[in-house]
Amino acid sequence: MPDAPGLELIRGEIEQDHPGAVLETSFDRDQPALVVDPTQILAVLTWLREAPGQGYAFLSSLHGADYLPAVPRFGVHYELLNRERVERVRVKAMLADPGEGQPEIDSCVELFPTAEFQEREVFDFFGIVFKGHPDLRRILMPEDYVGWPQRRDFPIGGEPVTFTYNERNYG
Amino acid sequence: MRDRQLRAREMLRGDLEGEELERYVEEKVVMTNFDKLLNWGRANSCFPLTFGLACCAIEAPIALVGSPRYDLARFGAEALRASPRQADLIILSGRVSIKMAPVVRRLYDQMLEPKWAISMGACSSSGGMFANYAVVQGADKFMPIDLHIPGCPPRPEAVIYGFNKLQRKIMGNPDQGWRQRYNAAGSEEWARGGPRSEPSPEAAEAYEQARGLISA
Repeated sequence: MPDAPGLELIRGEIEQDHPGAVLETSFDRDQPALVVDPTQILAVLTWLREAPGQGYAFLSSLHGADYLPAVPRFGVHYELLNRERVERVRVKAMLADPGEGQPEIDSCVELFPTAEFQEREVFDFFGIVFKGHPDLRRILMPEDYVGWPQRRDFPIGGEPVTFTYNERNYG
Repeated sequence: MRDRQLRAREMLRGDLEGEELERYVEEKVVMTNFDKLLNWGRANSCFPLTFGLACCAIEAPIALVGSPRYDLARFGAEALRASPRQADLIILSGRVSIKMAPVVRRLYDQMLEPKWAISMGACSSSGGMFANYAVVQGADKFMPIDLHIPGCPPRPEAVIYGFNKLQRKIMGNPDQGWRQRYNAAGSEEWARGGPRSEPSPEAAEAYEQARGLISA
């Protein structure tokens, strides 16, 4: 893991090549994270992968999150791994809720082919559109499903269970 | 007396034919309730479908069928069939997600009559702990279930008890009546014979198209 000064170093180097790309850094529970500008996400990922001395060439996970009621609302998280030094760094792109339509971010399938299914999963559950994804369909829910079920304002579904205890106390 | 003995001998030799043979059979063989015998046979030689949905599937085929301790072979149901066309019992072992439900229904529809379904465990009976958007809240929402076995997972004894109940049900041959409840009248598929065994024109056309694709 890069430690906190190392993270600042990475930030400074990215800042030289891509000014304004890194909005924020966080070093929480020994886990370094870069919060980046979603429009420059591909530039940052490419830099972390290609720049000499970095070599974060393995995307170990890509996932989405809904931080409602925070603004910006959605997060796409990239967990990068350097397999030689076994160092991890997290890249977060925070996306605002556009109100109408869906939040959009560039797809990183060209960079990391493993992202294809993971981006489909994020799209499936959060409705985040990955621009340039070769085959952006639902992956886990049925293809005719309506709604983005892991968003926090999505009803959980199911049926209320009518136990006698609930009936008696809350019915 | 002597006459009867002679005719019995003729019958064994195969000399009795046609009307004579029929008269002989009518005299000699007491026709019991054939349906009863048939249902007794069905109840004691169930062929469960090799099919698992979730964690109860660990229990069903391994603990019940495969192990000597809770041997389902005692009740004649040890032969799992890998095709729904050969099976007559489907055990829903686990939660049915909304994406899996059409598949399960299709498997059930592909099984030949007579057929039975056991919903094993809390999840397939009621959704269990998965009261959410992705899981069907009870498999009897989309297919007829003959027997629900509660538990998470049910004890093997419970499943065996449930299976024995199902055997009684098969032997009793109750009027199932579910086709009316599920708007499924006319969807029967029998092994052979009968008016329903003809494929529909659409199905025949699709079959021919598929054959064309294979041979091309």
